[in-house]
Amino acid sequence: MSQLPKPDREQLRAKYPDVFNRPASARLTMPAMIVGASAIFVVGLVDLDFSPAKLLSGLSQLGWITLMMIPPDPGPSLPAYLSALGETLSIAVLGTTIAAIAALPVSLLAARNIIPSGLLRLPVRRAFDSIRGVDTLIWALVWINVVGLGPFAGVLAIAVSDFGAFGKLFSEAIEAADKKQVEGIRASGGTALHEIRFGLMPQVLPVIAGQVLYFIESNTRSATIIGIVGAGGIGLQLAEQIRVLEWQKVSFLILMILIAVAAIDWISGKLRFAVIGQRAVA
Amino acid sequence: MTTAVSILPAPQLAALDESYRQAVARKRLRLMLAAAAAFAVLVIAAIGAEVNLRTLFTFFGNFVSYFDRILTLEDGTRVWSNPAEWFWGWRKWLWMLGETILISYVGTMIGAVFAFALNFFAAQNTSPAPWLRFAVRRLLEFARTVPGIVFALIFVIAFGLGPMAGVLAIAIHSTGALGKLFSEIVENADMKPIEGVRSTGGSWLSCMRFAVLPQVAAGYASYALLRFEINVREASVMGFVGAGGIGQELVVAIRKFYYSDVSAILVTIIVTVFIIDISTGWLRGRLFGKDARA
Repeated sequence: MSQLPKPDREQLRAKYPDVFNRPASARLTMPAMIVGASAIFVVGLVDLDFSPAKLLSGLSQLGWITLMMIPPDPGPSLPAYLSALGETLSIAVLGTTIAAIAALPVSLLAARNIIPSGLLRLPVRRAFDSIRGVDTLIWALVWINVVGLGPFAGVLAIAVSDFGAFGKLFSEAIEAADKKQVEGIRASGGTALHEIRFGLMPQVLPVIAGQVLYFIESNTRSATIIGIVGAGGIGLQLAEQIRVLEWQKVSFLILMILIAVAAIDWISGKLRFAVIGQRAVA
Repeated sequence: MTTAVSILPAPQLAALDESYRQAVARKRLRLMLAAAAAFAVLVIAAIGAEVNLRTLFTFFGNFVSYFDRILTLEDGTRVWSNPAEWFWGWRKWLWMLGETILISYVGTMIGAVFAFALNFFAAQNTSPAPWLRFAVRRLLEFARTVPGIVFALIFVIAFGLGPMAGVLAIAIHSTGALGKLFSEIVENADMKPIEGVRSTGGSWLSCMRFAVLPQVAAGYASYALLRFEINVREASVMGFVGAGGIGQELVVAIRKFYYSDVSAILVTIIVTVFIIDISTGWLRGRLFGKDARA
C-alpha cells in the first residue's frame, strides 16, 4: 500500500498565514458569544423560577394528564364541537377575506412605485407595523369590549391583525412587479388608474391570491386560539374543557383541530396550485 | 414622424376577433364561476360566524370611542399631555416586559436545542432510517400545529401558574417550527463533504459534525434569531392564561377597563417589538451578511 506524502507543516504555515495565525479576536468571538448566550440562558432559568423539583413534579403531572387523555372521547357533545369547528373555519375565512379586501387599496399607498414620496408612504407603513405589533389575541380582547362576546369579535380581530400583515405583503408584491407593463399602458395614453388596473393588478393578483390562501390556512390556527379569550369557535370549548379537567374531551378537540388544519392545508395547497402554478406553491 | 399601421382585411380580422372573443369569454366564465363559488363560501362563513352587520354599525362607534378612551387619562386630558401619569407603572411594566423577553429567550434556546437534536433525523438526506424520519416529522408537526397558548393552558395546570409554563409552551412550539426549518436547510446542504467524510471511515455522527454542521450552522442561527423575534410577540400574550409576562397586566387592564393603562402597556409592547425586530435584523445582517436579512 502506498504511503501518502507527509505534509510539510512549516511550509503550509508560511503559505497560508490567514488559516494558521488567526488573530485572537477572531478565534475568541465564537466561544465568547456561546458563553454569553448560555450565561443569559442560565440567568433566565434562575429568574423565571426554574427548579429541577418543580420540573419533575410538573412532568409527572403532565404524564398523568397524558394518560388521562387516552382514548380521545367527545362524550355527548360531538355536535356542539362540530358546529364550533365550523364557526372557527368561518372566522378564519371571513376575517382573512375582509382583511384582504380592505388592505389592497391601502397597500397601494405603501408601495414605492405608486407613491414615490416618502411623506405619505412612511406613515402608512408605520401604521401597518403597529397593527402587526399587536397580537391577534389582544385585538380579540379589544373587539370583545366593542361588539360583545362571540365569533363576530373573532372575525373582526383576525381582520384587523391581518390587515397589517397583508398591507406589508401586498405592498411588497406591488413593489416587486415588473415596471415595463405599466410603462406600456402609460405610453398608450392610459391614466394612473389604468396603469394600476391593467399594468399592475394582472401581475400582483395571483401573488396576492396565493398569500390570502396561505393566511386562511394559518388563520385557522389563530382562530382556534382567539376562542380562549371568549371570541367564539372551538378555542372556547377547548379552554372550557381544560379548565374543568375533562382531558378526554381536550385530546379529542386537539385532534379535531389537527385534522381540520391538515385538511385546510391540503385544500389551500390545491387551490394555490390552481391559481399560481406548481412553482410558487413550495 | 408618422408610421402607417397595417390593418388586416376585414374577413381575416373578423375570424381573429371571433377567436379572441371566444377565448376571453371562456376565461370570463371561469372567473365568474370562481367568484360565485368564493361568494357562496363567504356567505356560508358569515352565517357560521354569526356576523351581524347591524351590530357592527351600531357598535362601530364604540370601536372608535374605545381608542378615544384609552388615549384619555382619568382627569379627562389626553395621555400625551402628561406622560408621567400615563406611564405611572413603568417600573413594574418594564420589569414584566423584561420577564417577557426572558421567557421568549429561554424558550427559543430550549426549542433550538431540541430542534437541533431532532432535525438531522427529519431531513431526507441525513436520516438514518425511514421510520425514524417519519416519526420525528410527525412529532415536529404536532408540536408546530397545536398553538403555543394551548400548550400554555395545559402546562399552567401541570406546572402551576407562572413563567415556567410559558417558557415550556414556547419551547415546544419553537421545537416544531425550527425543527422543520432546520431540516430544510440540511436538505439543501451539499452532499459532497458528507461523502468525503464517509469515505475516510467516519461514523454517522462525525458525518454530521464535520460535513453538515459547518454548512448549516449560520442558517440555524439566523432562523433561531427570527424565531426569537416571533416568540417575543407570543410571550406577550402568554400572561392571558397565567403563564407569566406582561400579558397578565394587559388582560387585567383590558378586563377592568383601566383605559389609559391599556394604551400605555400596548405602546410599551409595540416599542419593544420594534426594537427587537430592528436589533435582530441588524444582528443577522452583521453575522450572516445581507442575504440572511430577508
